[in-house]
Amino acid sequence: MLWADGVRHRFGGVPALDDVSFTLPAGHTLALFGPNGSGKTTLLKVLAGLIKPSLGHAGVQGGRGAIGWIGHQSLLYGQLTVRENLRFWGSLYRVRTPVLDARIASLTARVDLREQLDRRVGTLSRGQTQRAAIARALIHDPSVLLLDEPFTGLDRVAASQLTALVKEFAGAGEGRATILVTHNVEEGTELATDVAVLKTGRLVEFMPRNARTAGQIGARYRELVS
Amino acid sequence: MTLKTRGRAITLLGLVFLAGVYVRAIWFTPVERLQGGAQKIFYVHVPAAWSTMLAFSLVGLASILYLLMKDERYDRFAAASAEVGTVFACVMLTTGPLWAKPIWGTWWTWDARLTSTLFLFFLFIGYLLLRGAIPEAGTRARYSAVLGIFGAALVPFIHLTVYLFRTLHPQPIVLKPSAPSLPGDMLATLLFSFFTFTILYVGFVTQRYALGRGDSHVG
Amino acid sequence: MGEILRDAWVLARKDLALELRTKTGLASALVFTALVLTVFNFGRDPTAVAALDLAPSILWVTFTFAAVLSLNRAFQLELENQALDGLLVSPVDRRALYLGKLFANLCFVGFVEAVGLPLFALFFNISIVHVLPPLAALIAVATIGFVAVGTLLSALVIRVRFAELMLPVLLLPFFIPPLVGAVQVTARLFSGRPLSEVSGWLRLLLAYDLVFVSLATLLFPTTVDE
Repeated sequence: MLWADGVRHRFGGVPALDDVSFTLPAGHTLALFGPNGSGKTTLLKVLAGLIKPSLGHAGVQGGRGAIGWIGHQSLLYGQLTVRENLRFWGSLYRVRTPVLDARIASLTARVDLREQLDRRVGTLSRGQTQRAAIARALIHDPSVLLLDEPFTGLDRVAASQLTALVKEFAGAGEGRATILVTHNVEEGTELATDVAVLKTGRLVEFMPRNARTAGQIGARYRELVS
Repeated sequence: MTLKTRGRAITLLGLVFLAGVYVRAIWFTPVERLQGGAQKIFYVHVPAAWSTMLAFSLVGLASILYLLMKDERYDRFAAASAEVGTVFACVMLTTGPLWAKPIWGTWWTWDARLTSTLFLFFLFIGYLLLRGAIPEAGTRARYSAVLGIFGAALVPFIHLTVYLFRTLHPQPIVLKPSAPSLPGDMLATLLFSFFTFTILYVGFVTQRYALGRGDSHVG
Repeated sequence: MGEILRDAWVLARKDLALELRTKTGLASALVFTALVLTVFNFGRDPTAVAALDLAPSILWVTFTFAAVLSLNRAFQLELENQALDGLLVSPVDRRALYLGKLFANLCFVGFVEAVGLPLFALFFNISIVHVLPPLAALIAVATIGFVAVGTLLSALVIRVRFAELMLPVLLLPFFIPPLVGAVQVTARLFSGRPLSEVSGWLRLLLAYDLVFVSLATLLFPTTVDE
């Protein structure tokens, strides 16, 4: 579960977020759309505790230890192997060793990186790196997932692999609250239970997806931002 | 009266007093026996050092207050004080050699006060360079405050270093006549100069602070 | 407190593993140290000034330059793939981040000094074996001071323009008290004078370490958090 309440934030003199309020319960996946500079990344950073908002509050249930973050950068150390990276991050998140090793095994199997466990991250392809990033984000079994444009730079195949993985890990059965920031309306809609649009820092739309198609959502989005 | 106007008025007052200091020092204060006329630069040199120290201490204080209160006025004050302090440091560092050359035949001596002020000058420059390299106001204020506090913590160590070094290599004390042993007239001129320099500090900082308020996104 | 130290150790271990993987950082620092010592040798007239007079200054200026070089890379490791954001999103205490970096930097600089010292003794024909224990202790104490301040300031400059140039400009004034103290004590050691002569300097060095490690640990969270 995560929430924002009256969040306002300014960078220097420029308002980045303007009175953003919403709640997202567990099991839901929110697709967050918006033009460049609309404050999407800022909002995620506020939720993750990276930025303290000028006004208002935001947070996730369980604090920092409950957040899994996936950005367009992998947050992995290129010189270390996948296994070493996962061991390091798991250790920082207080995952105990026997549990950690078991989880590394199962996660890397689910993201199809078993063969790459002992390869250095710097030698992996972009698609493989993003899958490793997912494993890293999930190593501590977070109850919240924050994804900031994770599909950037991926080809069709890798992107659809990633979409399938996100669907699996953010699915209703897993009990996580997930926010996915993306430019890609198709991928976003496919994964979402709820849809929101940010425009110049204001939350101009927040609605359950219901049965709407990507086309319908796309049209509504274009309507809102023009 | 706006802050800028008030600042200007105070500075003007300080400058008038400064003229008074010059007049008093040159015509109404006795000439020092050993050093002659060149000694009179002391009436500008020593108070400039005092102003530098004052400016620096206030940067340190303002830095702590900024981190505690997060009020950007403290940051603006610190920036103003740092700029003014740098100017006073330059005054001190140029009058020092001007004084030393006729007396000692050497432009620079590593005496306690010159050395300490040189350090403060470097710290000021570093502080201002850091500020200049950060465009975003919040980050700039925060980083400057951290550096300001670190600098303030360094000052006692600088003084200790200079003191320990001097006890190893005793420096001639001619450049540091101590105030209490000064005859009445000289003491009076010196105290008047201290007062004048403090007024000038207040005036300059007020003006600089007022200027900073105008363009808060450039700082 | 125990948790902070434990996390610091996990972080330091990661940094040391990264350094050992790439080796280029370490190799550059070692080569740089050897070059500086060589330059100093050619820069003086052996008939005019005895080696013993200049030796302490040469040793410590060399160590200082090597320290500044080493500190520049300290947080660069985290910029690749934005691992720093990953660290800040995690629940790890910011003070553990500082202490971990401090420890890793101390190992790095310490290693460079351990190689530089015998090289120095060789190049300048100074016998150090008979004063090795107190000299090693002095090097440790002085280095802690340099690296404590340097670690914090290197974090300060990562988000700043011209970081490589800015760091030495900000750092060198802070190096001077421990540098002067170290040179004075080293001179006494080399000339076989009793250490009681330099008790003031030794106390300065210890006080410096105490003050700046504490201050840096205290202010590091403010530096990295927005």
